[in-house]
Amino acid sequence: MKTTHPQPGASRPSRSAPAYAAGTGPEDCAARSLNRRAFLKWCALLGGAAMLPGGLAGLCPAVAEAASGGDRQDFVWSSCNVNCGSRCVLRAMVRDGAMVRMDTDNLGADDYGTHQIRACLRGRAMRQRVYAPERLKYPMLRTGKRGEAAFRRASWDEALDVIAAKMKDVRERYGNEAFYLNYGTGNLGSVMSKSWPTDQTPITRLMNCFGGYLNHYNTYSTAQIATSMPYLYGGGLGNALSDIVNSKLVVLFGNNPAETRMSGGGVVYDIQRAKRESNVRVIVIDPRYTDTAVAVADEWIPIRPATDAALAAGIAHVLFAEGLADRAFMDTYCVGHDEAHLPEGVPAGSSYEAYIMGKGPDGVAKTPGWASAICGVPVDTIVRLAREIGTAKPCCISQGWGPQRHHNGENNCRAIAVLAALTGNVGIPGGNTGAREGGYSLPFPGFPTLKNPVAASISFFLWTDAIVRGPEMTAERDGVRGVPRLNVPVKFIWNYAGNALINQHSDINRTARILSDDTMCEMIVVVENFMTPSARFADVLLPAVTNLEENDFAHQGSTAEMGYVVFAQKAIEPLFESRSVYDMCADIAGRLGIRDQYTEGRTRDEWLQKILAAARQKLPDLPATLEEAWKLGVYKVRNPGKPFVAYKAFRDDPVANPLATPSGRIEIFSKRLWDIGHKWELPEGERITALPEYDEATEGQGDPLRKKYPLQLVTHHYKQRTHSTYGNVPWLKEAAPQNVWVNPLDAADRGLAHGDMVRVFNDRGATVLPVKVTPRIMPGTISIPQGAWYAPGAGGTDFGGSANILTSLRPSPLAKGNPQHTTLVELTRHSGGSHANAS
Amino acid sequence: MPMPARPAFLFDSRLCTGCKACMIACKDKNDLDPGVRWRRVTECTGGEWTRTAEGYRQNVFSYYLSVSCNHCEDPICVQSCPTTAMHQDGNGIVSVDPKKCVGCKYCSWSCPYGAPQYSERLGRMTKCDFCRDEIEAGRPPVCVAACPSRALQWGDLEALRGKLGQPMAVAPLPPVSATRPALFVTPHRDARPVGSTAGLKANPEEV
Repeated sequence: MKTTHPQPGASRPSRSAPAYAAGTGPEDCAARSLNRRAFLKWCALLGGAAMLPGGLAGLCPAVAEAASGGDRQDFVWSSCNVNCGSRCVLRAMVRDGAMVRMDTDNLGADDYGTHQIRACLRGRAMRQRVYAPERLKYPMLRTGKRGEAAFRRASWDEALDVIAAKMKDVRERYGNEAFYLNYGTGNLGSVMSKSWPTDQTPITRLMNCFGGYLNHYNTYSTAQIATSMPYLYGGGLGNALSDIVNSKLVVLFGNNPAETRMSGGGVVYDIQRAKRESNVRVIVIDPRYTDTAVAVADEWIPIRPATDAALAAGIAHVLFAEGLADRAFMDTYCVGHDEAHLPEGVPAGSSYEAYIMGKGPDGVAKTPGWASAICGVPVDTIVRLAREIGTAKPCCISQGWGPQRHHNGENNCRAIAVLAALTGNVGIPGGNTGAREGGYSLPFPGFPTLKNPVAASISFFLWTDAIVRGPEMTAERDGVRGVPRLNVPVKFIWNYAGNALINQHSDINRTARILSDDTMCEMIVVVENFMTPSARFADVLLPAVTNLEENDFAHQGSTAEMGYVVFAQKAIEPLFESRSVYDMCADIAGRLGIRDQYTEGRTRDEWLQKILAAARQKLPDLPATLEEAWKLGVYKVRNPGKPFVAYKAFRDDPVANPLATPSGRIEIFSKRLWDIGHKWELPEGERITALPEYDEATEGQGDPLRKKYPLQLVTHHYKQRTHSTYGNVPWLKEAAPQNVWVNPLDAADRGLAHGDMVRVFNDRGATVLPVKVTPRIMPGTISIPQGAWYAPGAGGTDFGGSANILTSLRPSPLAKGNPQHTTLVELTRHSGGSHANAS
Repeated sequence: MPMPARPAFLFDSRLCTGCKACMIACKDKNDLDPGVRWRRVTECTGGEWTRTAEGYRQNVFSYYLSVSCNHCEDPICVQSCPTTAMHQDGNGIVSVDPKKCVGCKYCSWSCPYGAPQYSERLGRMTKCDFCRDEIEAGRPPVCVAACPSRALQWGDLEALRGKLGQPMAVAPLPPVSATRPALFVTPHRDARPVGSTAGLKANPEEV
């Protein structure tokens, strides 16, 4: 039987009154059944539509009468566990076994530091996510070509037998290095069902008991910055956003908490509150006039994407030329800022000052005029910005993760950060390192996953390469770590709570071609809640419970001044045959003869009890039992100290507290990168530079491909979704419909009006979606909110507005990371049919 | 807070990020169908780009307004209802009597905020009732309790008047004289005055 891919915007019945027969636990899932009357009611509501295997008829238990005036006793504390960087409290109102309303942390006092952790719109829409028609109902096995989403229903026993047999087969033929655990962050906020970090999940523990798996390093979020900042600072810490009350000026390069970390208990509230308290001047530098700019900026400086290093160089030129650089600071704390402070064995003219003032190997002075031609910021604006940065003491220079998610991202983010060093703002209140913000947090233990016996590790982004050419991949060509080269290709993929198998990886069409050949990667197991685009590529598809259907803890998200943990009690029984991932893995372990090693004799709740006991070692005020924890709901602690200041000890005493760089100082010139740059094998035109030089990105400002594809596509985080999570929720699609942001000048050039359907395309693919004509984006740049669910029609055109049909698999030079924002495209009015008649 | 004699909304546009948690909290509590939006968030965006010899220049601005029914002192929806279904109670809360409403939509057309919303499923008008059940129990309306930025607040109309003066509005809202809404707006730094057309409704499909 072949499934139909859920259509964006497909009509669905909006409500019914389901009743679930209570199961008694994951062990007896086979005995769990739906109340027959409720089931028939759903079918009736579906009308003529077929019941989809793995899809659940539209049900949104909506009992307004029951919900209104609700008794507080009916609320169950829970959490939203997705990957936004925040972590919100939910309180589910439950009646007759069904959730009828979703509330948040809005009880009691709202005092800053222990303030209410109010969920964003997505958490508030959790009911429609849990009861979505795309929910997977039972295990399924692939019957057609991989990626066609042709499946048949299987029993849990049969599905787990298939997985266990294939695990033994692949291990026997290829060894453990052929197993790969794909990046997945759909449930990263959980403790017992954690999906990320990838070395901390139940599947990780299973695989470690089984002999290990091929590791990966870095993430789709932060590859370039996580790799390059340690070369500068020995780490990547930043001051807390609450600390801007001590600043005279705040400059945010692509930092956008209002759209990335939207929790009312998280950093967007922190920065709003601090701005309100001190009214410090805030400048936002971004290709988009972001919601953060709306909320806190005094000035927006639009910039062409991937050119931050050029703008930073232009600013640095003014700082050096006008004596605004803090020489005393640099001489004490930095390496490579000028010729007198270069590492030994490096030729003259290698300092950052030489590079900026035109005395380096390229002989080009990085004047504001030079920078302006590249980054699109007018010369007078660059000069004024530089003088503001150079004279505001202290100045907080901060960046988000957009500037680094480029093909030249490693140097963009390092160049921004070097401005903080040039102006002596590192390690002091009101200053910053130029990195993204830090904050306060409580320690909380995780689920122990044992040690991976396999040493080999690849960039998270090169798993498709590892399928195609694993044994060709080496340390110096592909950034393989732990071993000089891989021994075998990837043959078995675990994809748990992730959509990076297709949707959130790059170049969807090429990725689909690689995956569709099941002689290369022989087995893909997807553990999911929904029939996502990635789930369509499963060989074995296992239905997992949502976090509302199991007990768990949720450790806090990013905040400035508050530490917390959420005790999330099961609100409803698991839907259909879905199970907790821990229990699935235990039953697979049983088939492999390693159950006792995996479970240590504990049930899932017994592990939670053990973790809670371990947490109490550090936080004795925590509740002692699970029952008390479920009753408490959330435990909060206000930072007892001052706002976090990164590298303060180093600033106070650089000799006693050196940084974790080879010199112990801030390495504006990195000898380590110099060595790597001379050693690694790189494709034509790519460089790894010791200084944070501006390098034109592939598909950046100077690429000749611009003649054919003149628009640079970036992506932004959108309130409809967290990456792709929540991408199937009607309320959110209504509140924040998918669209592509286009400047009125670019729209006029193409005869486009707001709301027109447009086709965005390049040589890799095409997507169709409505256009939002808005002056809130730089001319020449367009932005598609990332994460929309890929919905292929005829000829491979996507009708879901999924940006990754357009992005490239070519990794950045050093981090081997995703260049998601350096993508050249063109845009035309869509003259073809809709998804329905095109496919 | 005890039930006010006459509840009013207080919206600080300086703090609003346009996140729509208020809208979804309302839709969840009231189980609203697609297209039925008791609380709507308008994006007001204006400004222009020009190409110059030195590069692009712009004067772009943007701000958000979160607006539901404002439970006006002169509720034109009540006046225009031919069946007396639309009515105002002793607390100033404007509601639809489902037994009387015939779904003619006159109220929605007459309301300068478009607050009453027609439900295809019910065949009648629906609207914000200021979360009467919540505020009678001493709790804030769910939209207010939901606001991550604490931009949306509520209070007693007379008490707020004493503190803030008369209710005020910004573009593209109608002048307060039209219906005397129980809504106090604190203007965003870029807010345009009532009547200005410089700020466009930039998200018509969302409101």
